[in-house]
Amino acid sequence: MSDALNKMTIAGARDALRKGEVTAVDLTMSCMTAMDAAGALNAFVHKTPDIALEQARAADARIASGEAPAMCGIPLGIKDLFCTKGVPSQAASAILKGFRPEYESTVTSKLFDAGAVMLGKLNMDEFAMGSSNETSTYGNAVNPWRRGNDETPLTPGGSSGGSASAVSADLCLAATGTDTGGSIRQPAAFTGIVGLKPTYGRCSRWGIVAFASSLDQAGPMTKTVRDAAIMLGAMSGEDAKDSTSAPIPVPDFEAMLTGDIRGKTIGIPREYRMEGMPEEIEALWSQGAEMLKDAGARIVDISLPHTKYALPAYYVIAPAEASSNLARYDGVRYGHRAKLAQGDGIVDMYEKTRAEGFGPEVQRRVMIGTYVLSAGFYDAYYNRARKVRALIKRDFDEVFAGGVDAILTPATPSAAFGLGEMKDADPVQMYLNDVFTVTVNLAGLPGISVPTGIDRQGLPLGLQLIGKPWEEGELMNFGQVLESAAGFAEKPAKWW
Amino acid sequence: MSIDIDTARRVAHLARIRVQEEDLPALAGELSGILTFMEQLNEVDVDGVEPMTGVTPMRLKRREDVVTDGNMQDKILKNAPDAREGFFAVPKVVE
Repeated sequence: MSDALNKMTIAGARDALRKGEVTAVDLTMSCMTAMDAAGALNAFVHKTPDIALEQARAADARIASGEAPAMCGIPLGIKDLFCTKGVPSQAASAILKGFRPEYESTVTSKLFDAGAVMLGKLNMDEFAMGSSNETSTYGNAVNPWRRGNDETPLTPGGSSGGSASAVSADLCLAATGTDTGGSIRQPAAFTGIVGLKPTYGRCSRWGIVAFASSLDQAGPMTKTVRDAAIMLGAMSGEDAKDSTSAPIPVPDFEAMLTGDIRGKTIGIPREYRMEGMPEEIEALWSQGAEMLKDAGARIVDISLPHTKYALPAYYVIAPAEASSNLARYDGVRYGHRAKLAQGDGIVDMYEKTRAEGFGPEVQRRVMIGTYVLSAGFYDAYYNRARKVRALIKRDFDEVFAGGVDAILTPATPSAAFGLGEMKDADPVQMYLNDVFTVTVNLAGLPGISVPTGIDRQGLPLGLQLIGKPWEEGELMNFGQVLESAAGFAEKPAKWW
Repeated sequence: MSIDIDTARRVAHLARIRVQEEDLPALAGELSGILTFMEQLNEVDVDGVEPMTGVTPMRLKRREDVVTDGNMQDKILKNAPDAREGFFAVPKVVE
């Protein structure tokens, strides 16, 4: 059994740990062996074996004492966006090279307090800006899935690409991700795992490197919906250090997975039927609706009329917030400072530092954000985008008020694409990856991506369910019904 | 809206990112492309719509205006590229 410990789910490992069938140290060692053998995936970018073993030993002692929360002894990977005390936390950016926080993010603190084990930090797009993990200073993370016998390396998606790759390849039992425009759900769909973006305010953002503060939200990336429910419970809760974290009690999400969705209503939004969408995704979407119907849900057609404006609104609001958030990287307090020439002043220091430290996509977004916030354009772009955002949220409010309990959509417009295939595309082409996911961030809603099928090339495809605010429990119940009905059990064939 | 080279230079400076003169035309082109994509927003009737400030109707939390943290100069300076005598050090600002 010991060689397969890394393949366990959180729920399975929790039960086995409590019964004394495995130890946290064995689980951790098994994951570390898998992690060390998976250099080709470039998922883990900073390994923390000493911390992992110390946490695993402490977890075993705690389990032996009979007092063990569900996450106790569970080996996790942590996205590099989370500040972890004394451990490099770079947001995959050269500008934060060498940065070792003196503090721990609230989400990782909560996970560690619950007994979870950190194996290391995971690759991602720089500052979470990207949909393919190709903007990382660490180089590309690679998808463990391939198109049959074709050896073309594929993207694991982004920005939480390392998290997706690591969970899919069983290098850890689960991972943390963050989602600003789809960065948990799109990579989950590309790698055949489950990814949940909670309601905005469910998880504290404190200690997570900020990208777009009104959109960013942390969430679990797991092998099953049940695992997402367990892990979300440990990550959530109000935090005095984040004024936008909500004073709303955290329910027992796992207990809400009853499998009973009879009499519930699922909306199918007509605006998500995109021109040029692959037939397989269209078919999968219909099959998903059938599965929910067979389980007793009512399927209704709905309209979210402002959907097509979500991407342009997002690409005004997110860069605007990013340009403000990233102003802190000035070469003074932490991270990289450019080598200065004789006579260089402080403005030269800022400009050279930021030119050297930020990659091209980050520079582009900071400049777009600067432009839309600049005098004379603030109303034309930024305020207009915020008004359109209010309309997008209103679309959802009206649908939910009309009796819809959740909304079913495709998670992504395609399966995973090849690394480098989008190299010559213009930036807007890459942004289209987020077309089904950004609306959820703009409206602050919870969304989950569930693996539901395999395409002709042998790659996983996911469907997305969007829930009502604070109803992650019910949303995951729908997700689990879809998961069991689809019976997705495929794993990538090991080549790494 | 199309961005010319002068505007690109100005935006780069406002963003405090050094862009070499020869890279400005390409930058202007990219920024123009993205802004053209955003022009779609002009099709939407937003008359009478309040700009959204937050996703949850929630009054910003307040707390007592008291010191809750501090006395950690070492920790704060720990990651500085240049710290001297308890301060962040930068190139000379005042002549």
